[in-house]
Amino acid sequence: MALAKITQVSGRAVPVRGDDLDTDRIIPARYMKCVTFDGLGEFMFYDVRFDEQGNQKQHPLNEERFKGATILISGNNFGCGSSREHAPQAIYRYGIRAVIAEGFAEIFFGNSTTLSLPCVSVSRADRETLQQMVEKDANTEITVDLEKKTVTANGKVFPCDIRESARQALTSGHWDPIAELLESGKKVDEVADKVGYMAVR
Amino acid sequence: MGKTLFEKVWDAHTVTVLPNGQTQLLIGTHLIHEVTSPQAFAMIRELGLKVKFPHRTFATVDHIVPTDVMFEPFADPLADAMMKELRKNCAEFGVTFFDRNTGKQGIVHVVGPEQGITQPGTTIACGDSHTSTHGAFGAIAFGIGTTQVRDLLATQTMALGKLKVRRIEVNGKLRPGVYAKDVILHIIRTLGVNGGTGFAYEYAGEVFDNFTMEERMTVCNMSIEGGARVGYVNPDEKTFEFLKGRPYSPQGAEWDKAVARWKSFASDKDAKYDDIVVIQAESIEPTVTWGITPGQGVFISENIPTIEASPESEKALIKEALEHMKFEGGTPIKGKKINVAFLGSCTNGRLSDFQEAAKYLKGRHVAPGVKAIAVPGSQVVAALCEKLGLDKVFTEAGFEWRAAGCSMCLAMNPDKLVGDQLCASSSNRNFKGRQGSVTGRTLLMSPVMVCAAAVTGEVSDAREVFKA
Repeated sequence: MALAKITQVSGRAVPVRGDDLDTDRIIPARYMKCVTFDGLGEFMFYDVRFDEQGNQKQHPLNEERFKGATILISGNNFGCGSSREHAPQAIYRYGIRAVIAEGFAEIFFGNSTTLSLPCVSVSRADRETLQQMVEKDANTEITVDLEKKTVTANGKVFPCDIRESARQALTSGHWDPIAELLESGKKVDEVADKVGYMAVR
Repeated sequence: MGKTLFEKVWDAHTVTVLPNGQTQLLIGTHLIHEVTSPQAFAMIRELGLKVKFPHRTFATVDHIVPTDVMFEPFADPLADAMMKELRKNCAEFGVTFFDRNTGKQGIVHVVGPEQGITQPGTTIACGDSHTSTHGAFGAIAFGIGTTQVRDLLATQTMALGKLKVRRIEVNGKLRPGVYAKDVILHIIRTLGVNGGTGFAYEYAGEVFDNFTMEERMTVCNMSIEGGARVGYVNPDEKTFEFLKGRPYSPQGAEWDKAVARWKSFASDKDAKYDDIVVIQAESIEPTVTWGITPGQGVFISENIPTIEASPESEKALIKEALEHMKFEGGTPIKGKKINVAFLGSCTNGRLSDFQEAAKYLKGRHVAPGVKAIAVPGSQVVAALCEKLGLDKVFTEAGFEWRAAGCSMCLAMNPDKLVGDQLCASSSNRNFKGRQGSVTGRTLLMSPVMVCAAAVTGEVSDAREVFKA
């Protein structure tokens, strides 16, 4: 299965401030009542963007100048809580192609990588600088470079980090592992025999 | 050099190392539910694949089931569609389904252990972050996303990076009125909601040795709230005792062989850990969360923190939490008026949780104006409680006694907070909006503390209310 190699993501960015933004916040549970992921994009951060009557709240995600942003910048422990893949699916389907944050929750990070959505970490100070830059000028062009492990904003370069296995999977076009997993079918049967508890009863 | 249980189980289930350095890990037991599986079944159907080990795949329905109305179709057409989809998928692919008419349906993390499916030295995964619960048996259990559910259905394996292991020892003896829930809330408060990122937590020490299996499950369940995807306790005689005679436990001559194998997985005495944290049991008091993350907890005797006295890095989050909770920093958590009391969930919805709560509710009544619901974690738990007459204790005390499901832990079924109601909850997450109202407010605490709040109408110290 030939998959796209994700080496660089460039575009404008939208700041979503706050630490510990959990997956319930990213996609409220009521929107998980579905049997497909279609259409989840419009509900991304729904309760952050809208009040109970459906009126827009004051938030960068509602600002015209951030429309069309392809990079999201947030705080520490982004995507904590529920393992729902609906969260990165909503982010991806909204049009985001990379997330920059101080840190990511384990399950969210893995789910995102498998969808070819790179999650890169930057220091708290650099995250603040980046958010301020885009808040000041929404047209700030940001580039996340997975080969150089940098984030560039208006020519200014910031170091970023990403787990090596995820970086390799993305840059080599192996972010969806299904083909590789299927290859070792026979080996799986051998290990299943060996562990001693998987026989049909 | 000895090995930890985590390393032993990992090594035994390693299929191969993938080009990107991740391990292809065999998952012995795959648990599924209605929320995170339909898309995965659709994906394997599209790829023309089958379920590789249908006899190692077990399904139940928990998140979307109403707990007060028993008949189908459900009033919510979306929930009803999910119910039908799971039934269809299980039938088509030959997956065992603990459906609502089996007497075994319930929250997936309650069902697995009580059926004896959860066993030591095994790997388990489920599209649900509270899968860490099963670690209580010395299994390595992962919460996963839907694409990984697909991988498991198709290959019974998934790609994973190896975790580091942190041993958390809780030594000494817990004070009366301090429960497993307080222990895990205290651990999360101490190590932070992301302190466990990249780690498996091995819980140990005298407190865990003395804990029942259900108490161990309560702690392992909330590992993910501390950032740790995996949490476990080494298997011991209590583990084996719990599993003996369960429907899916090994029988006859197979039993002794299994116990010998299970014992071999326990961490070696000279195992090397990436980190060790030691906590003294006597330092833990009944704990209640006051904010919007499970790490924002205080002892019942403490005040809610102020923005001023908090570290710079936490000020913004504390401000946001105080605003959402409508609390003033520096005021006691004790005495906050509650509107709702919720007893249940995969954290605290097992027999012993209801037994302990009923012990104190007997002869007491829920305060006027408080809505209180008790929701067994499974049909088996419900039947056991009813056999003991606990349901009557709850209803006589003014609780509604419900049918099994996730209920008010999360907003996917009719049990929801309304407006800015404040809920004393035995569940696991106090995130904004988690219990179904955008402005709803959740206080996490132990089941007995939920009962104390229910009968007094305010956050209370159960030790004082019940003179326990």
